[in-house]
Amino acid sequence: MKYGMELAVAALIVVFAAVFLFQDAAIQATLGDGEEAWGGADGEAAGLIEASGYEPWTGPLWAPPSGEVESLLFALQAAIGAVIIGYVFGYWRGSRRTA
Amino acid sequence: MPPTRLQSIGDIMHIMEGFLPSPWWEIWFFVSLPFIVIGLYQLNKLVQEKREALPLLAVAGAFVFVLSSLKLPSFNGSCSHPTGTGLGGVLFGPCIAAVLGLIVLIFQAVFLAHGGITTLGANVFSMGIAGPAVAYFIYKAGTRAGANTYATVFCAAALADLVTYVVTSVQLALAFPGTAGFLGAFSAFAAIFAVTQVPLAIIEGAVIMLVFKYIVQLKPEILTRLNLLSESTVTKLREAAA
Repeated sequence: MKYGMELAVAALIVVFAAVFLFQDAAIQATLGDGEEAWGGADGEAAGLIEASGYEPWTGPLWAPPSGEVESLLFALQAAIGAVIIGYVFGYWRGSRRTA
Repeated sequence: MPPTRLQSIGDIMHIMEGFLPSPWWEIWFFVSLPFIVIGLYQLNKLVQEKREALPLLAVAGAFVFVLSSLKLPSFNGSCSHPTGTGLGGVLFGPCIAAVLGLIVLIFQAVFLAHGGITTLGANVFSMGIAGPAVAYFIYKAGTRAGANTYATVFCAAALADLVTYVVTSVQLALAFPGTAGFLGAFSAFAAIFAVTQVPLAIIEGAVIMLVFKYIVQLKPEILTRLNLLSESTVTKLREAAA
């Protein structure tokens, strides 16, 4: 099958999303007021190491001032990568056709 | 720190700024430095001798950019992200992948307060060296054994993702053995990884496998030039996809 692998990967992602939705429904049902699930694990980890009495001896020089600015920068990171991938694959495809 | 505490930090990706006490952050800098130096040397050689591989290098680097910016929900209620360094490891080996990982980690440490400058050595080792090294050796062993190329790439990329997290937990368990000791702290992490990171590793393996298929379709001569695939394998793979 020509697109067998594409279909398999797409099916895998659909399963992944479905399990997420199912899991999310279960977690939301047990969550109390003001609690939020699916947070970043790193921040949580930092709090836990600090709770053991460890004081980080230095902090980041600059941190994104809000979640919005942070997601902007993450989106920018993904966009830079995606542009490069698209450019190279397009270039290869184009040069194959003309060759 | 009791192991119950450690369990909850099992799915952290990069070690945050200031969260590795001395001497650990210095140690990981020293461990990673030779790989970066060799990687820069290999990059220089690649640029001079195999210029046609440069777009592929750009794709490998761009892939780390895209995948490490996608925070995916793991199945335990928190988010974590894939690494994307498996592709670079398979294509160029762990030293060049370490340089690609370093670039992304600096970007994230400086602009996103994600990871950190002092923990850069440790993070480069887990994401840029250990993971890609595993990917590289699995790919070499798989092609030598004549295994299905795409299945090999899938395993290489998925295990690179998984190993990155295992190494991060080793690094944290070494720095914070707590009352449970190193092995106790580490096994607490390892138990969590089985549940948390395996789904993300499978997704990462599948996506990289797909990209590898497109490289075989569009630019197979680079793969033969880099001694990654023999011409007969390329012909076989392309016929199967036609």
